[in-house]
Amino acid sequence: MFKALFSTKTTVIGILLLGIFLLLPQFLSRFYIYLLALIFATGLLATSLNLVLGFGGMYQFHHAVFYGLGAYALALFATKSGLPLWAGYILAPVCSAALGLALGLITVRLSKLYFGMLQISLGSLVWAIVYRWYSFTGGDDGIHGIPVPDLIGSSTGAYYFNLIITGACLLLMYLIVNSPFGRVFQGIRDNPERCLAVGINVRSQQLVGQTVAAFFAGVAGTLFVTVEGSVFPDLMFWTLSLEILIMCLLGGWFIFMGPMLGATIMVTLRTFVGIYTEYWTLVLGIVLMLLIFFMPEGVLGLVIHRTESKEPAAREAG
Amino acid sequence: MLQVEAVKKSFDGFMAVNDAGLSVEKGEVVAVIGPNGAGKTTLFNLITGLLAPDAGTINYKGENIAGIAPHLICRKGISRSYQVVNIFNRLTVFENVQVAVLSRRKKTFNLFRPSKTMAVDETLKILDTLGLRDKAEMISGFLSHGDQKVLEIAIALGNRPDLLILDEPTAGMSPEETAVTLRLMQQLSGEMGLTILFCEHDMSMVFSIASQIMVMQQGRSIIQGPPDEVRSNQLVRQAYLGGADECSV
Repeated sequence: MFKALFSTKTTVIGILLLGIFLLLPQFLSRFYIYLLALIFATGLLATSLNLVLGFGGMYQFHHAVFYGLGAYALALFATKSGLPLWAGYILAPVCSAALGLALGLITVRLSKLYFGMLQISLGSLVWAIVYRWYSFTGGDDGIHGIPVPDLIGSSTGAYYFNLIITGACLLLMYLIVNSPFGRVFQGIRDNPERCLAVGINVRSQQLVGQTVAAFFAGVAGTLFVTVEGSVFPDLMFWTLSLEILIMCLLGGWFIFMGPMLGATIMVTLRTFVGIYTEYWTLVLGIVLMLLIFFMPEGVLGLVIHRTESKEPAAREAG
Repeated sequence: MLQVEAVKKSFDGFMAVNDAGLSVEKGEVVAVIGPNGAGKTTLFNLITGLLAPDAGTINYKGENIAGIAPHLICRKGISRSYQVVNIFNRLTVFENVQVAVLSRRKKTFNLFRPSKTMAVDETLKILDTLGLRDKAEMISGFLSHGDQKVLEIAIALGNRPDLLILDEPTAGMSPEETAVTLRLMQQLSGEMGLTILFCEHDMSMVFSIASQIMVMQQGRSIIQGPPDEVRSNQLVRQAYLGGADECSV
């Protein structure tokens, strides 16, 4: 099964990257370790969005709500229930998936833009509840000082945890993208009408897709809590949804690892430009404009395009 | 196998199909002909569930399928190709057909097996039959128009239909490509025993392959019968062939 999914080149690069990331905490300061752990969580979030956006053609405009719900669910399990801390890590993504299923049951009846608009409204409703329900969610103050298991309590521990979980989730999602479900999902992206004509129940496929994507977004939410130890309503505000949408476009939304690269660029940009100016979104705007004009397939798309067009030339020359 | 009776469909008061009837028996090759706007494609859309008829019955294997969702009709054994190319643009030729095969095998909710290794033999066999094997790994959006039209049929075959509906299979094709498609249809009907329902503007093609011809005009079916009967029918000559020399059949 493994051989059917990965070429030797991909396997070598993957193992090499994993090795580097495993060793990095030996050389980097705490701040960079924290930043990388945050990038893993955000990258996982963007990749989970791309599962339905780039591979399913669904206009998932409010994906952050599933991320926020995962984070909040973990925070609430850890602070308000007597359950063991680890149990929250399993239950939180399940809560996200359940929300994905519930919202999906309503939204998949619509297509394209209407689907996206309805999702924004329903998602904002969830946000509003979290924002106002002071006694339960802490309202706009959020929840702080969330306890995490000792094993991953240190910044290095959180880093390794996020690395491993992100890696495992990426593997799983890659498997899904290349499964019959994923193949059919891409068919729906390209041509939903034809999918119906070959006997595919498009809405059911989309519903499953949305539930799965919401699950992984929930996992990403728990990773965020692991790093930050706190949650706040911004985690499910629509602006964050927009940001991860841009990450997918920036990295390349038809390529599996594109959103991961997009997330890396965005989080890094936000962190370092944010030091100099409050208006880091201004830089983002410029980046976005350049992106639309010069790299419609995203950064990774451009890189792959370039290397592929070079290969035949090199062969001819050789 | 398929009996369409007194089917009607109007769009905002315009009667696209008005009292159309059609009968297709197992093993036949039935052609629907008629001038542009006669309602041929609408009729096909009604049969395949893309549209629901306002009135009338569509009996398939003894069951009224009028108004049933298209994916359910497909699962009953009717699959179709489109007049305007309607494929999965970003997928490879192989994957285009594989989607249909996976759908028929009910594997679409399998999330954790690499699809690369699934339904390979059957998909490649279909591509072999249609002469697309050497283009299997090409992105279908980059194919020539003629090849895309053939891929249309290939996708429809992925469902292993009992009744294959082809909406102008040779539209926009060169004469050479048309000849290839004609041979292909003869092969599908002869060797594989498929029942085929198609509509077409190329009269020489229609009269060389169809065992039954149904003539439509302004949403109505005028006549259905064997080619000779249709050719000699006065009504058809007036209404469609019009005595004009454009169709020297």
